[in-house]
Amino acid sequence: MAYKFDFGAIVPHWQLLFDGVILTTELTVIGAVVGVGLGIMGAWARASRAPVISQIVGVYVELIRNTPFLVQLFFIFFGLPALGVKLTEFQAAVLAMIVNLGAYSTEIIRAGIQAIPQGQIEAAQSLAMNRVQIFRYVVILPALKKIWPALSSQIVIVMLGSSVCSQIAAEELTFGANYIQALNFRAFEVYFVVTGLYLVMSILLRMGLKVLGNFLFERRRHV
Amino acid sequence: MSLVELHAIHKSFGELEVLKGIDLSIDEGQVIALIGKSGSGKSTLLRTINGLEVIDDGVIIVDGKKISDRDADLLGLRLQVGMVFQQFNLFPHYTALENVMLSPQVVKKQSKAEAKQIAEEMLAKVGLADKMMHYPDQLSGGQQQRVAIARALAMKPKVLLCDEVTSALDPELVNEVLAVVRQLAEEGMTLVMVTHEMRFAREVCDKLVFMHQGRIHETGDPEEVFSNPKTPELSSFVGGLA
Amino acid sequence: MSEFSLWDIVYNLLLAARWTVLLSLTAFVLGGLVGLLLLMVRTAGNPWVIRLVRGYVELFQGTPLLMQLFIVFFGLPLIGLDVSPWVAATLGLTLFTSAFLTEIWRGCVESIGKGQWEASASLGMNFTQQMRYIVLPQALRIAIPPTVGFSVQVVKGTAVASIIGFVELTKAGTMITNATYEPFTVYGCVAVMYFLICYPLSLFARHLEGKFRHVAR
Ligand SMILES: Nc1ncnc2c1ncn2[C@@H]1O[C@H](COP(=O)(O)OP(=O)(O)OP(=O)(O)O)[C@@H](O)[C@H]1O
Ligand SMILES: [Mg+2]
Repeated sequence: MAYKFDFGAIVPHWQLLFDGVILTTELTVIGAVVGVGLGIMGAWARASRAPVISQIVGVYVELIRNTPFLVQLFFIFFGLPALGVKLTEFQAAVLAMIVNLGAYSTEIIRAGIQAIPQGQIEAAQSLAMNRVQIFRYVVILPALKKIWPALSSQIVIVMLGSSVCSQIAAEELTFGANYIQALNFRAFEVYFVVTGLYLVMSILLRMGLKVLGNFLFERRRHV
Repeated sequence: MSLVELHAIHKSFGELEVLKGIDLSIDEGQVIALIGKSGSGKSTLLRTINGLEVIDDGVIIVDGKKISDRDADLLGLRLQVGMVFQQFNLFPHYTALENVMLSPQVVKKQSKAEAKQIAEEMLAKVGLADKMMHYPDQLSGGQQQRVAIARALAMKPKVLLCDEVTSALDPELVNEVLAVVRQLAEEGMTLVMVTHEMRFAREVCDKLVFMHQGRIHETGDPEEVFSNPKTPELSSFVGGLA
Repeated sequence: MSEFSLWDIVYNLLLAARWTVLLSLTAFVLGGLVGLLLLMVRTAGNPWVIRLVRGYVELFQGTPLLMQLFIVFFGLPLIGLDVSPWVAATLGLTLFTSAFLTEIWRGCVESIGKGQWEASASLGMNFTQQMRYIVLPQALRIAIPPTVGFSVQVVKGTAVASIIGFVELTKAGTMITNATYEPFTVYGCVAVMYFLICYPLSLFARHLEGKFRHVAR
């Protein structure tokens, strides 16, 4: 008995998939913007002269990079309420993505900062800039430019990883897929289509990040 | 009172003692050439004057004020003392104009218009009025170095330190940079320059400092020092160049 | 409800962690073999093969691991193969691993300059000999640190297999949480155990990176 594929069985539920795509996009955008912001601060802290701060951030980075995202998500959603921190599914998912990307981007951006020639920093010092000014005007933009491809890849990984947020019932794309296959018993077809949607999203995200990079690091006259 | 006074400056890198007790005073308007063999400590000395190297022992006094290694002191010091590097160190993501404007704007909190006016003036002074909108990688080495000089000058320093500012340049670009330095000297700028251009030092400088193994070995009027070196080390250094 | 002591929790998690380790090892070894095969056909291959392998890599790097596992898990029964979560997880993770490793290794092989290929060709070596004696020995040294580094991703990837019902560390954590209502402690312990597996691998990768850096350049 050969299985008869029926992709048409998904069509009535397209709204669920659409909503899922929207939510996954929201998660990704918020997670990426705040997560990279966190990474910039983390990289700054790693380079700071206060060893305690640098070490605390170092522990955070290693803890996150050496545990699965799914476990981080469960810990935040199921574990934190024990400390009185009760989050909605969406909040927990966003927080997990921020915390996760924050750690990876800390490490990536730090590498970018380390690649800035010492002469750049000395030149800024000789112009009487303080540490914050040096970081802001001389270091961070060239550093980000250097590691933008790596950072982009990491953001794509985080977007794809958000697929497990369905496990805490955050209503993103995979959640929509789970829901549909429970209604129409067409698991393979649903997941096949959703996989395609993810593929398209990751290609678009990659392209978007490339455009954003060109815009951010484009030679613009500031005066 | 001199503009900058160094007393008994000591500096080591690990085991290696690079500066072994340097005394030097820099008067206003003076143009000092620092010469000596590679590794004798010239760059290190220059960098300590700008607080880029923290000294182990000794006293630095700038404009009557003793400098500690606290951040506030260092920033104060660097407002008085500018520096130009061998490798230019222009900021690659800013145009020539922006390179020059940046510090007046963010450090001295000058308005954009003010900073721009000064920057344009300084770039014109180094002969780059037509290259203001260029990025560093669109400029030749000589042009980049002149931007770097303009950038340091825009902070209106009392002293300008130059560490082998022509050493990274192709021979045909050396003169355009030296011409700028010469002009500064003639305008009365206080300059301390490490240089291997002996003829230039002889013509432009009014004090010559010869460093040898971490000490000031001989010092005096360039003309005299060159024609009549008192120590065998200097005469062999001068002889080796000829 | 708390007849589970902390020790019970840890003990049960440790039992489950064996499956995490086993799944990781299997996927890593099998994925490495498939990845190597893909690397070979790709390096030697005609443009169509290259395009095919590139598509394969794109597919696995551009879609969630969870979807890959779902497709294997729900897809194989459709062609008459009834698979357990263990088989589906192994197969899915193997494919996932092979795609990433082949891509990492491609970069390493490509970093061996054209001059090496030409020089060995001029000595009359065929493709296999060039690979065997010239390119692979050099590429291997560059490849080891990122390969070890990727093993951490594989271990973390096994957590996703819990979602298709494979009982490993994360799934055990969920089951124990349901029994004890102590998610904070349980997931905390789960995280610590992953960390204890992954962190040494990360350190090792970093150590190798430092060691090979001056060799590679
Ligand atoms: N950051 C550093 N760490 C360790 N050693 C250093 C450092 N900077 C300089 N040195 C050492 O200090 C000595 C003096 O260096 P310095 O750069 O001052 O010499 P220099 O007179 O400027 O030489 P050159 O003419 O080659 O530029 C050298 O032996 C150098 O290797
Ligand atoms: Mg020097």
